[in-house]
Amino acid sequence: MNEQEKPDKTRRNLVIATSAVGAAAGIGVAVPFVASMWPSERARAAGAPVTVDLSRIEPGELAVFEWRGKPVWVLRRTKEMLASLKAAEPRLSDPASKASEQPKYAENEYRSANPEVMVMEGVCTHLGCSPKMKSAEAKGEMGGEWVGGFYCPCHGSKFDLAGRVFRGAPAPTNLKVPPYTLAGDTLVIGEDEKTKGA
Amino acid sequence: MVARLWQWFDSRMPTVGAEWRKHAAEYYAPKNFNFWYFFGSLALLVLVIQIVSGIFLTMNYKPDANLAFGSVEYIMRDVPGGWLIRYIHSTGASAFFIVVYLHMFRALLYGSHKEPRELVWIFGVLIYLTLMGEAFFGYLLPWGQMSYWGAQVIVNLFGTVPFIGPDLALWIRGDYVVSDATLNRFFALHVIALPLVLLGLVVAHLLALHDVGSNNPDGVDAKRLKGPDGHYLDAIPFHPYYTVKDLLGSVVFLAIFCGVLFFVPEVGGYFLEYNNFVPADPLKTPEHIAPVWYFTPFYSILRAVPPLFHSQFPGVLAMGIATLILFFLPWLDRAAVKSIRYRGTLYKSWLAAFVVVFLILGYLGTEPTTVWGQFPVSDDSFLGKYIVDTKDVATWVARVCTVVYFLFFFLMPWYTARDKVKPVPERVVWH
Repeated sequence: MNEQEKPDKTRRNLVIATSAVGAAAGIGVAVPFVASMWPSERARAAGAPVTVDLSRIEPGELAVFEWRGKPVWVLRRTKEMLASLKAAEPRLSDPASKASEQPKYAENEYRSANPEVMVMEGVCTHLGCSPKMKSAEAKGEMGGEWVGGFYCPCHGSKFDLAGRVFRGAPAPTNLKVPPYTLAGDTLVIGEDEKTKGA
Repeated sequence: MVARLWQWFDSRMPTVGAEWRKHAAEYYAPKNFNFWYFFGSLALLVLVIQIVSGIFLTMNYKPDANLAFGSVEYIMRDVPGGWLIRYIHSTGASAFFIVVYLHMFRALLYGSHKEPRELVWIFGVLIYLTLMGEAFFGYLLPWGQMSYWGAQVIVNLFGTVPFIGPDLALWIRGDYVVSDATLNRFFALHVIALPLVLLGLVVAHLLALHDVGSNNPDGVDAKRLKGPDGHYLDAIPFHPYYTVKDLLGSVVFLAIFCGVLFFVPEVGGYFLEYNNFVPADPLKTPEHIAPVWYFTPFYSILRAVPPLFHSQFPGVLAMGIATLILFFLPWLDRAAVKSIRYRGTLYKSWLAAFVVVFLILGYLGTEPTTVWGQFPVSDDSFLGKYIVDTKDVATWVARVCTVVYFLFFFLMPWYTARDKVKPVPERVVWH
C-alpha cells in the first residue's frame, strides 16, 4: 500500500506540464476571438477626410459635418464672437488648452489655424454627447454672464466659442480639435501635414 | 398507470426524483416567511418571462443599424401580437429590477447576506451585475436616440480608465463611434452570452442557498430543533407549502404586471423613454438624456463627483465602487444578530438613511442637474471663484446623498459592532 500512497513524481510533473500547455492553448484560442472585436478593416477605411467649401457657410452659422461618424463643427466666427472669447477667459478651467487635445497649429487662444474659422469635434470630452450652440442671447437660460458658446445637454458642461470648457463643468478638458488643412475657402477635415506623412 | 410509468422512469433515472425531493418536496424552509420572501420566486418568474418574450422578439428583430429601428416598429405595428410581446419584454425589464431591488432589500432587513450565506449573497450580486449588463446591451437594440446616446455615454465610461481607456472603449464599440458593429455585438451579448451566464448564476445561487438553508425574518436557525415526532419544529417542506404561497404571489404580481402592460406600458417615460421613439442620430444628442430608472442612482453618483486632474475617472470609479462594494457586505456587517427585529437603532437609522438617499439619487438621475434651481452665488465672489464649482442645487444634494451612500457601507463595521442588539429568541417568533 505504501507505494500507492506516494505520488509518482514523474507522472505528477507530466500532469502539471500537460495542464500548463492546455491552459496556454486556451489563451491562444481566446486571442482571435478577442481580436475579432477590434474595428474591422472596413470601419478603419471609413475614416476618410471630408472636404468643405467655406464660402457656402454664413458667418456666425454653425455647420456640422460627419467625419469618422463623429460630428465636426465648422463655425465662421464673427468679430463679436471673437471678442466673447476674451470675456469668457477668467471663468475657463483650461484657457491656454494645456491639458487639451489639438493639433500644433491650433494651440492658441482661438484654438484654430485661422481665428475666423473654428473647426471642432462636436463631442463632449465628458462622456461623448454632442453639445448645442447657445448664442449670447440665451442669457435667460444659461445665466447672466453667458457670452455665447456650447452647452452639453447630457451633463451640463459649458464651452466657449473656442470649445474651451468653463469651470464647474463635468467635462475635464476642452473640446478636441481634429486635424485639418485650410487653403483659401477649402477646408479638409481629417487631413493635415502630420496625417499625410503618416 | 401513471404510478407504474413513474416507477419505470425512476428506476432508470433516479436523479430526477432525488433532485425534486432535495430542492422542493423535502427542502425544509422556515415556516415564518413573510411578504418579503415573494421576490426570489418572482425574480425567477420574470426571468422566464424575459427569456420567452425575448425568443419571440428575435424572430422579427434585425440587428442592423439601418433596419433595427424599423424592425421594432414593424414588431409593434405589423406582427400579430408583436406589440404585446415587445411590451411584455420592456415591462419585464423594469419589473426585473423592481423585484431584484426588493429581494436585495430583504437581505438587508433580515441579514440574509450574513454567515453562512455569504456565497448566496455573492452569487446574487453577480446576478445583479449581469442583469445590469443585460439591460444595458438590450437597451441599444431598438436603435432609438436614447439607445444610441446612452450606449455612447456608458461605453465612454470605460474610455476614462487611465492608460488603457481609449483602446478599451474602441474595442468595446468595434468602431470609432457607436455603430452597426456595436449594435451587432450587443445583440449577440444580449441574446446569447449574458442569458447563459445569468442562468448559470441563478443555478449557483439556488444550489448555494439549498446547501446552507434559507434565512427567515427572525434570523434564527429554523432547522435546529426537532419535535418528538422527528419533524423540524420551525421548518416546513418547500413543496407544497411555499410553492402554493409563491403561486399566490405570482398571481398578484402578474395582475399588477398586466395593469402596467395594458394601460401604461411606458410608465410616463420611465420604462420606455420618449426619446427612444426617435431613430438614432449620431450627429444630434437629445436635449435631455438620462438612463432608464434602474441605473439612475449610480448615474447620479457619477454626475455628483467632480473631475479631478482633468480626468472624469474619479466619478466613474465612485460609480464602480458603489456597485462592487455590495460584494463585501457580508464582512462589513459585524452585528451579532441577523434580523432587523433584533438590531439596534444604529443599524435601523443607517438602513433608513440608505434607502432615502438611494431613492433621492434615483430620482435626481432621471432629471437634469438644474431641476432644483441654482444657489444664488455670484461667479465673482470668493465662494463662486474658489469654492463652488457648480451652483446647481440638485448636484449638491446628490453629493450629500453620495456621501451617505458610501458611509452606510464604510462605517458599517463600526456601527454594526457597536449597535445595541436585542436577545434573539430560541425559535421563530410565530409558532
